[in-house]
Amino acid sequence: MFATRPDARPPGAPTVEVLVEGRPTVVPEGATAAAALLLAGISSNRTTPVTGAPRLPFCMMGVCFDCLAEIDGVANRQACMVAVRPGMRITRQEGARVAYEDDAA
Amino acid sequence: MTALPFDLAIIGAGPAGMSAALQAAGLGLAVVVLDEQPAPGGQIFRNVERAAGDPALRGEYAEAGAALVRRFRAMPNVDYRPETTLWHADTESGLLSVKTPAGPGEILARRLLLATGAQERPVPIPGWTLPNVMGAGAAQIMLKQAGAVPRGRTVLAGQGPLLWLLAVQLARAGAAPVALLETTRPGSLRAACARGGLWSGRMALAKGAALMLEARASGMRIIRDVQQLRAEGDGRVQRVHWQDGGAVDADTLLLHEGVIPGTHISRAMGLDHEWDAPQRCWRPRLDAWGASSDAFVAVAGDGGGIGGWQAAVASGAIAALDAAHRLGRIDAASRDARAGDPRAALKASLALRPFLDRLYRPSNAVLAPPDDATVICRCEEVTAGEVRRAARMGATGPNQAKAYLRSGMGPCQGRFCGTTVAALIAETRGIAIPEAGALRPRAPYKPITIGELADLPDEVI
Amino acid sequence: MTPERFDAILIGGGLVGAAIGFGLQRLGLNCLLLDEGDIAFRASRGNFGLVWVQSKGLGAPHYQRWTRGSAEEWPSLAADLQARTGIGTGLQQPGGVSLCLSEEEFEARSAYMARLQREAGNFGLDYRMIRGAEARDMLPGLGPKVVGLSWTPYDGHASPLYLLRALHRGFTDLGGIYRPNARLTGSRAAPNDFRIEAGDYIAEAPRVVLTAGLGNAELAPRFGLEAPVRPERGQILVTERARTLLPMPTVSLRQTEEGSILIGDSKEDAGFDVAQKPEIMRRMAQRAVQCFPWIAELNLVRAWSALRVMAPDGLPIYDQSARFPGAFTANCHSGVTLAGTHANRLAPMIAAGALDPALDLFTARRFDVRHAA
Repeated sequence: MFATRPDARPPGAPTVEVLVEGRPTVVPEGATAAAALLLAGISSNRTTPVTGAPRLPFCMMGVCFDCLAEIDGVANRQACMVAVRPGMRITRQEGARVAYEDDAA
Repeated sequence: MTALPFDLAIIGAGPAGMSAALQAAGLGLAVVVLDEQPAPGGQIFRNVERAAGDPALRGEYAEAGAALVRRFRAMPNVDYRPETTLWHADTESGLLSVKTPAGPGEILARRLLLATGAQERPVPIPGWTLPNVMGAGAAQIMLKQAGAVPRGRTVLAGQGPLLWLLAVQLARAGAAPVALLETTRPGSLRAACARGGLWSGRMALAKGAALMLEARASGMRIIRDVQQLRAEGDGRVQRVHWQDGGAVDADTLLLHEGVIPGTHISRAMGLDHEWDAPQRCWRPRLDAWGASSDAFVAVAGDGGGIGGWQAAVASGAIAALDAAHRLGRIDAASRDARAGDPRAALKASLALRPFLDRLYRPSNAVLAPPDDATVICRCEEVTAGEVRRAARMGATGPNQAKAYLRSGMGPCQGRFCGTTVAALIAETRGIAIPEAGALRPRAPYKPITIGELADLPDEVI
Repeated sequence: MTPERFDAILIGGGLVGAAIGFGLQRLGLNCLLLDEGDIAFRASRGNFGLVWVQSKGLGAPHYQRWTRGSAEEWPSLAADLQARTGIGTGLQQPGGVSLCLSEEEFEARSAYMARLQREAGNFGLDYRMIRGAEARDMLPGLGPKVVGLSWTPYDGHASPLYLLRALHRGFTDLGGIYRPNARLTGSRAAPNDFRIEAGDYIAEAPRVVLTAGLGNAELAPRFGLEAPVRPERGQILVTERARTLLPMPTVSLRQTEEGSILIGDSKEDAGFDVAQKPEIMRRMAQRAVQCFPWIAELNLVRAWSALRVMAPDGLPIYDQSARFPGAFTANCHSGVTLAGTHANRLAPMIAAGALDPALDLFTARRFDVRHAA
């Protein structure tokens, strides 16, 4: 779990509000969706498709792919490579993604 | 409509890429800089335009880093494209395939400079896949991009300059770690001193010593000669263990055993690589100008061998001069004369490197984790024991191990397991690590969607 | 160095060599399997993973029969490997389809399948051409551009990599010797008496089986054989894992046991160049999206190109040397499909010292102009 510090940015520095698992989370402008995940304090952003183990971001620089999350409805996005935008919806990636759902079903 | 090709395409807007762009554009080359990040700076100067005022980040980051980014932003004739990912390069035609926020695209270039930097060396210990275990570099990125620090008890473990720098930055940010577990082996300091460079590198040495003093003064426990690290916890890290019953409670564990060149793209392009014995990692084989085994491609910065940001700035300028020469803009004499200053800077910035490489040489246990149950491929969850079994069965290198075990087949494409798999095979088969070889990655260098691939433009944009 | 004695030496440790080696070792022969190192052409690692019968052997009913035979042998091979090694090969044989994206393709496919059935004669070939709603019931999320499909009950798929691992494990567990990093440096051939050298290492045996893929072209003449094979580049795209969705494979697209979608079936004559071409990758992606529009959303995490081992007529080559009896060669581009016959039928023939007359039509002498005349 991470927390921002009041002295890190000049007073009035712009922030962005995103939704992490539906919960409003305020992050500094210029940060990534992975930062939002860590600031929101959720216990994991994904479970692995192999054993279902929980994961949180590990490298934060686009190498490890442990920060995969669903962002604005798109599954398996590398959250540490996506800059936050106002109203962005970030949700957990549970195991392997769903590829197709039959509307009739 | 087909656009004219750029003279020089630079991949990465860190110190090497920015410096190369400044030098090349200054010589009149048409330069395009492609970078995955939303703002220039690379990882070392990440987000410096927004975060330079953070008191926890004072020093080189806020001064030299901010200045370099300002110069880069102000430079005319540089087509800077943030949030742009290179996924394929045809080194014969100069066609670069990229992914951008606006969709897929293609760019033509006469020359290519890879300035893609380093990644943290994997530190596969038991429990390193637990939530709240991260790279030390990852925590520093949180500080830079969000001004954020880990809450609760933070433990740092490993070795290297970045570990001490992070300890101090966290302390300055009011979030001092409770403990720093240093894995440097006894005797390393003496062996390192014998490598020389202490006088030429005295400024860097003094800075390092000051960091250690500041870390100590902030009250964190500093435990030396730590081995057999292990993270434990239920659904997240809760406790860190080491040899002889050592243990400390932790809410966050930050690991670091130095950085290694990110060779994913240079490997996928088929460049020749060589084993860097002092740094125990692979790097592309380069000449004194950063030129690779492929006539189209040069490499500058940490991606060509770890040297730090000052060396990256110098090597970026040197590679840009060679590009200008190869494109016929300056003759060899002019290139050589202009390279004088950056060469002197490069030499000075590398003076302390042999000392640092020896002092912080990763142990065999970091390269090839002894505990068979340790996960070594984070994506496909393959263990060290499975790799050892595959090696006994006949896998002579990481590509065959990948075929047997799927290690390296997940989304990270082997960036985090390739080196460990090779080291485990080398240990099992009784050969040197470079003999085991390296993964041969392929395009796409980063995942793209099938739809993006299907939507590739018919012509170059 | 003293030569080591074996009952059979197999040169080439890919799917063909490993399947035959496993079959021979299981029959009690003491075998040596020589392989190259970590980096080699390795068609086996680039295999798409179909156990495929439809579309095989137009104008060559013996190939259709050999392939069908392999599909029949596959379940017992898979079960045997599973029992011996604990490694599952992911075999599923639910039937398979070939999708048609236009009326022209559908008509052409109908004519092709009808001819294949005619040629099969009394052996028979069960297939159906299926259109519209019925096709959409078979495969979820089929795109509107799909006009119809051909279906046969014989087709299936398996994991080429787990198959290779299981064959290697099964072979070595039975006492076979697997030697990687062993590129052939010398050889000597006499009837039922062969000697091979790989650096300092020397081995001798009364049987040698050439299973070196593209390497066979150069190896075969040394043993009184011919293997006029050339490379044909194929590219494959692999997506991230998705939850299981596709109930059966198509000829150019399948969902693996792990959940990845594999997209394949490009054919290029590119010599020994394994470079990837974005233009080819784009066309493969476009066709895949036309077949299944939902695939557009999936991330491509891996792609590779590999070289198929192609004879001039695209069929396998099996031979025993007339000059040096005991020397055999096996060449094909369907190392997964034919693993069943290679292990269960071809290996016993090699052990017995004579290829079945049913394989006569697969001899490389079919390319010999003088022979044909």
